[in-house]
Amino acid sequence: MSVKTHRQAVQGLLPALTPVRFVTEDGSPVKESADYAEPSAELLREAYRRMVLGRRFDTQATMLTKQGRLAVYPSSRGQEACQIAGVLALREDDWLFPTYRDSTALVTRGVDPVEVLTLLRGDWHCGYDPAATRTAPQCTPLATQLPHASGLAHALRSRGGDAVVMAFVGDGGTSEGDFHEALNFAAVFKAPVVFFVQNNKYAISVPLARQTAAPALAYKGVGYGVRSEQVDGNDLVAVLSVLTAAVEHARTGHGPFLVEAHTYRMDPHTNADDAGRYRDDAEVERWQGADPLARLETYLRGRDLLTDEDVASAREAAEAFAADLRTRMNLDPELDPLELFDHVYAEPTPQLREQRQMLAAELQAEKG
Amino acid sequence: MAQALNTALRDALRDDERVLVFGEDVGPLGGVFRITDGLTRDFGEERCFDTPLAESGIVGFAVGMAMGGYRPVIEMQFDAFAYPAFEQIVSHVAKFRNRTRGKLGLPMVIRVPYAGGIGGVEHHCDSSEAYYVHTPGLKVVTPATPADAYWLLRDAVADPDPVVFLEPKKLYWSKEDTDLTRRQAEPFGRAVVRRAGRDATLVAYGPSVPVALEAAKVAADEGIELEVVDLRTLVPFDDETVVASVRRTGRCVVVQEAQSFAGVGAEIVARIQERCFHSLAAPVLRVAGFDIPYPPPKLEHSHLPGVDRVLDAVDRLQFDDRPDVLHLARGAA
Repeated sequence: MSVKTHRQAVQGLLPALTPVRFVTEDGSPVKESADYAEPSAELLREAYRRMVLGRRFDTQATMLTKQGRLAVYPSSRGQEACQIAGVLALREDDWLFPTYRDSTALVTRGVDPVEVLTLLRGDWHCGYDPAATRTAPQCTPLATQLPHASGLAHALRSRGGDAVVMAFVGDGGTSEGDFHEALNFAAVFKAPVVFFVQNNKYAISVPLARQTAAPALAYKGVGYGVRSEQVDGNDLVAVLSVLTAAVEHARTGHGPFLVEAHTYRMDPHTNADDAGRYRDDAEVERWQGADPLARLETYLRGRDLLTDEDVASAREAAEAFAADLRTRMNLDPELDPLELFDHVYAEPTPQLREQRQMLAAELQAEKG
Repeated sequence: MAQALNTALRDALRDDERVLVFGEDVGPLGGVFRITDGLTRDFGEERCFDTPLAESGIVGFAVGMAMGGYRPVIEMQFDAFAYPAFEQIVSHVAKFRNRTRGKLGLPMVIRVPYAGGIGGVEHHCDSSEAYYVHTPGLKVVTPATPADAYWLLRDAVADPDPVVFLEPKKLYWSKEDTDLTRRQAEPFGRAVVRRAGRDATLVAYGPSVPVALEAAKVAADEGIELEVVDLRTLVPFDDETVVASVRRTGRCVVVQEAQSFAGVGAEIVARIQERCFHSLAAPVLRVAGFDIPYPPPKLEHSHLPGVDRVLDAVDRLQFDDRPDVLHLARGAA
């Protein structure tokens, strides 16, 4: 390879020097134009409605932990631009690989919120049907879902389809070996997968500086030959435009794409965390000023794409959604302990059948 | 046995277009043990291919391929080289059906050239079966004969659940006259009596089966008839065949190549005494490797349980109601 073509190859992969942005923190359009097409007005209005709903879902889920209805909830409040754009960039037949923090994305995807919260309510692990929803189980080990995403993307392409895979991961997850193996496999096999890093600045308590010395996480793709980009993760317009381009890149046979979104986790790691031990209020307040929902609302109003009525109707829909979720989460589902033996193998082993009988006898004895 | 495994992969690739073979060096090279010899040439790069050198990535990629409707058969180059993939195997491969409440199973086979006796240097001879059998959701197989290698691998590929397929490396070069076009093997999940005998049962699997058979041959010359049970699949475990044999003979020695402590043999001994207590004329004994990291090649013969150690254990089975004199003498010393 000549020096010139080598330089072109590297430059073709490199992210922008600063995060791509369409809308400033105060909601006004950015002056200089980005290399990405702005989403349609209709899509942005839809995104706004989804963001209002997503924010309401998230606060409702946190409330449910206080009432003891959820064992734990890792909030993604403040990350709604990523959560919503990551899903709106996809077609229905594309696949999503979420982490435990991406419940808002799942709700946006159309997965029943009660099924989303099954894991955290403790009824079972994954509450929804991955094949029917084209959504993998929310992954609690870090980055282990990423090689699955690469493999599934390769499978979809090998079978002749043009569906793509969107795989979410956090900043902490990029330190895991599976992150690197997944990017490498995807690049080598040219698998149509978009790796979407929500850099929310903390892995529980550990700040980004302890995860990486790289100028940005987006550069990690370059070493694997993966086209990479970084984006302002609290600017819905920017995230959606970049992810739409990334998905198109993957769909049209150009291989994987890595997007890093710079965002912020407004809430503690979970309701059980005490964020005051590792970050100060001033920092949180500063990020509250960069709230993605307020920013999109101001921007759309400024472009006359959103009326007071639109806002009221979005909030009303979100309230109805939350009320329905509350009602349904307040019902105690009937759980059958004998189901514990049903999904270990397609057919239970003789030993599992014996153990099932033992538990059945215990349950019978309890009934009297 | 290597040939039988190669034929099994060929036939599986031929019969089911969802079957894929991939891993490190399994492509044009045909694998370091040549188990995948010629598969890329005959079935094409899409069906049998090399991957980056990353075991966790290979297993994780296979999970995704299985989600996408394929039936991956992947190779971990050596037993101890599979450890980087341990998280993928125990947290995802084994649990996927369970996590998804039965909605998504993962039909895939993880082939592992396994165990010792080939003069391999460190990290090439581990007996890693206990890690896998301890993980609910995995099926674990180890064949001892070429015919079983063929049929158990065909069964594993056809199975709706993930199978860890442990190939005893020292048996790769073992030979057997067998017609692979006619099924000559018990169903998956059944143990088999390799040699009938009335005086005591030797329970063995994978690499320890030939040792047990050889011991039975020597014992027969001395007038002791040993029955040899080959487990074939460790999960599912065939209690029925093992229990029936031990109830008949009243005495039992479990033979494994793996280190002893908390190994598969310990589980088998526990199961036998729970089920056969009133039929037993002596404690059930284990013959196993020592509880040491796998030794360097020039010392492995001291570690590997051989015929003599098996026969010593048989001597301790209190025939004629004699107490375990050998054991007591050793304890006193």
